[in-house]
Amino acid sequence: MILNMGPQHPSTHGVLRVLLEIDGENVVRIMPDIGFLHTGIEKTCEAKFYQQVVPLTDRIDYLCPMTNNLCYVLAVEKLLGLEIPPKAQWLRVLLNELTRINSHLVWLGTHAMDIGAMTVFLYCFREREEILRMFEMVSGQRMMTSYFRVGGIALEPPLGFFDRVRDFAGYFPEKVDEYENLLTGNPIWLMRTKGVATITKEDAIALGASGPTMRGSGVDFDLRRDMPYTSYEKFQFKVPVAQEGDVFARYACRVAELRESIGIVRQALDGMPEGPIKADAPKVVLPDRERMKTEMEALIYHFKIITEGFAVPAGEVYQAVESPRGEMGYYVVSDGTAKPYRVHMRAACLANLQTLPTMCEGRLLADVVAAIGSIDIVLGEIDR
Amino acid sequence: MQLAPAVTDLESLKDHSSLARLLSWNAAGVQGAKFDRGELTIWVDRASIREACVLLRDDAACAFNFLSDVTCVDWYPAEPRFEVVYHLLSIPNKERVRLKVRLNSGSPAIESLTPVWPGANYFEREVFDLFGIRFNGHPYLRRMLMPEDWEGHPLRKDYPVEGYR
Repeated sequence: MILNMGPQHPSTHGVLRVLLEIDGENVVRIMPDIGFLHTGIEKTCEAKFYQQVVPLTDRIDYLCPMTNNLCYVLAVEKLLGLEIPPKAQWLRVLLNELTRINSHLVWLGTHAMDIGAMTVFLYCFREREEILRMFEMVSGQRMMTSYFRVGGIALEPPLGFFDRVRDFAGYFPEKVDEYENLLTGNPIWLMRTKGVATITKEDAIALGASGPTMRGSGVDFDLRRDMPYTSYEKFQFKVPVAQEGDVFARYACRVAELRESIGIVRQALDGMPEGPIKADAPKVVLPDRERMKTEMEALIYHFKIITEGFAVPAGEVYQAVESPRGEMGYYVVSDGTAKPYRVHMRAACLANLQTLPTMCEGRLLADVVAAIGSIDIVLGEIDR
Repeated sequence: MQLAPAVTDLESLKDHSSLARLLSWNAAGVQGAKFDRGELTIWVDRASIREACVLLRDDAACAFNFLSDVTCVDWYPAEPRFEVVYHLLSIPNKERVRLKVRLNSGSPAIESLTPVWPGANYFEREVFDLFGIRFNGHPYLRRMLMPEDWEGHPLRKDYPVEGYR
């Protein structure tokens, strides 16, 4: 029998349509059908100035806006050859790890709900709400933050922000214990996840899976540690790896990452350097409002950047960062003008979704739901 | 910070193991190379892309075992018009290399990489959908992001940003 799951289905995390060929309760063939959220962001980027692309990047993966911002600005900074001051880098790390926690909390809540554990969802969204409030504090937005700029950070974080983060970092590990109390030893959870939707190390690499999907199968690779960017090499953290390659292994990796991320947040708070938050590059970075009122040059640069953008030397870069879902890459090509010639986003979810047939074919229909949840897909990123 | 100028001389780039390996295998298949902003780009002949990838994947010293990304750039109206771009990652060596293949505008086609990395499947479908480049040997070359009956390939430079109305 051919069965359609989605595009409107509560457990597909967005508008994913999955075509299933089933024999009784067994899945014979499975084919994801995507494209329902395609908005042509890559084409839109080609018509914008470099600084105008930043808000577009939020909309790709709406669960980790800061990671998208970071990846794009790093790519453009590499094209320009800009040096970013340490305080901006530390803030970027801090906010990125908060974003990772935010994204993992949404994943944990919805994944558990798919498998039937309703309570976890409410617990996770309680802590996520606090993170969204922090994002609102720094950027004025809860989800579409657009807080990073080419050359640094948009604004200094407001008074009280660091205290609030420190507070959160203090009590969050206990909350992770709470989630684990609900799930890790729970016999129903174990039956639904252990040995379900397994994928081997070799298959994961061949299919281009990355992030926790790959680390759950025993590949010890994390871009933050192995190809560090934005001074991740100055932070101490472990990379959780599990060997089994099943849904539970991926769950265990992500939960362990929650703990590691909050550790990085704490280190970033303790070691936060003093200094400017924007690079010293007047032709690229907008001047402060105060300086604009007193200095002619600042006013001119402001006017030029807003009306004409800034020219980027011709060339191309591929910048990859470790997003909550895996390797997120931005390939930016410049032809020397103020608009990017081509912006391509390497979506971690697109490659991760390809593992679904390997995980599910020959298994039970109910496991498909667990498998989709365990690869943590965001359809906005897949379709762009 | 001043950008260092790009290095395009094949001789001075030979200490990169991937380029050295490709040159020793088939020097005619390598059309050029560039080292710019810390990233190595190698232009490979259209006919040898699949063998080049197998070579880089299986060579013990290079070990580019992970295909990060496949995409395309349209240089309309210049010829050769398209550049198909492959980003390879070596997980053991923590190193990247970018392979590029130039294609003319007539009827752009290239060998599919799906026999080498099954993960190339979706990336190549996306390039086919948005640029109209055919991948020979691809198991299921259908439109993916655009509707099945869509006309044209939106990421080509001669396709208007607002679409056709």
